[in-house]
Amino acid sequence: MNGVHDMGGMHGMGPVEIEKDEPVFHARWEARTYALAIAAGFHRKWNIDMNRYSRERMPPARYLAESYYERWLFGLEKLLVEQGLVTATELETGRAEARSGETRALRPSEVSAFLRDRLKARLDDNVPPKFKPGDPVVTRNIHPVGHTRLPRYARGRRGVIDRDHGVFIFADTNAMSRDKNPQHLYNVRFAARELWGPDASARDSVYVLLWDDHLDPA
Amino acid sequence: MSDHHHHDDDPSREHDRPLSGPALRVKALESLLVEKGLVDPAALDELIDTFETKVGPRNGTRVVAHAWVDTAYKQRLLANGGAAIAELGLVGRGEEIVVLENTPKVRNLVVCTLCSCYPWSVLGLPPVWYKSAPYRSRAVIDPRGVLKELGGEVPDDIEVRVWDSTAELRYLVLPERPAGTEGWSEEQLAEIVTRDAMIGVAQVTVPAGSRR
Repeated sequence: MNGVHDMGGMHGMGPVEIEKDEPVFHARWEARTYALAIAAGFHRKWNIDMNRYSRERMPPARYLAESYYERWLFGLEKLLVEQGLVTATELETGRAEARSGETRALRPSEVSAFLRDRLKARLDDNVPPKFKPGDPVVTRNIHPVGHTRLPRYARGRRGVIDRDHGVFIFADTNAMSRDKNPQHLYNVRFAARELWGPDASARDSVYVLLWDDHLDPA
Repeated sequence: MSDHHHHDDDPSREHDRPLSGPALRVKALESLLVEKGLVDPAALDELIDTFETKVGPRNGTRVVAHAWVDTAYKQRLLANGGAAIAELGLVGRGEEIVVLENTPKVRNLVVCTLCSCYPWSVLGLPPVWYKSAPYRSRAVIDPRGVLKELGGEVPDDIEVRVWDSTAELRYLVLPERPAGTEGWSEEQLAEIVTRDAMIGVAQVTVPAGSRR
């Protein structure tokens, strides 16, 4: 979706401010929010791409005004209701109408393995690549209302395949319909001037991770 | 660790003030999910403990220091980051990691313009600035301006490569080993590697007064 989360190249957001000796979490509620979101993911009612899409659907003014973990809280509440783990009434009142039908919750002893495996997106499917390193490509000029990993700044641009990472879950379809749609993931190199025009440095480049379905031969 | 016996020394923690806004919402949500049997509070404690104490940039500093002293390891690291990092027995093994080598001619800078993708097994959770609108918007269009603002102007004859993390494959920058560290032990080297250098917004320097 052409949302405000797709920020690459926007102006006016201000300076980058690095906080010295920053704590991992700035408040306990941030830690609890993040942990809740991960632990609730144990029930496999959503995948990480649906998780991402839930936060992107926060209204744009709120997205910009609220903090990172407030976005996580928004996304978690949305997913819990949409996927039927809690009802809207339960969320509103804070009182359970019934115990969940899910067999059990994530156990402390399982945390380490669960964290390790939850981001796995590489697939063993034998899918041939459409491109090889060195191939010139042009990104598709697409504007799906759903989730996509093709940022606006890199649409309809010419680049070169830098590296083929093998077969991965395609995030765009996995977010919308749980369709893993196995295909190759590549680093695509774009000259900075192709993306930003003649004022950009002639030496510089931007590498974007893109899938076969984002690309056409150039 | 739970809300109630932790960080008493830190007045910025919200538990000594009345809960409001998101703090209240999260507390209510946690109670609801526990009541429904959907989450075990002990697992939440374990998750938080993992992020606060078991993962973090110290893991990354070990990887970088080892690569600096062991050329064969460095080659394995550049060829298959995840597997080489797993050799060191770090928590997040299995995560797909691509290591980007800085050289005298090339500087690498990592960003996630769409969200907050970050190599958590070697760097922990991302800092606020990495997830912020200023960094996400500017890193791709004005990397030299961002680097200059953060204290490291890049000469024109050096190439800047920006890496937008748009997939479940994460980047770690292998900074250049600074001059003046010849003969240092791996532990000494790890001490001077910073999180920001492994994201690419800073270079590793020898702190004034540091000794072998």
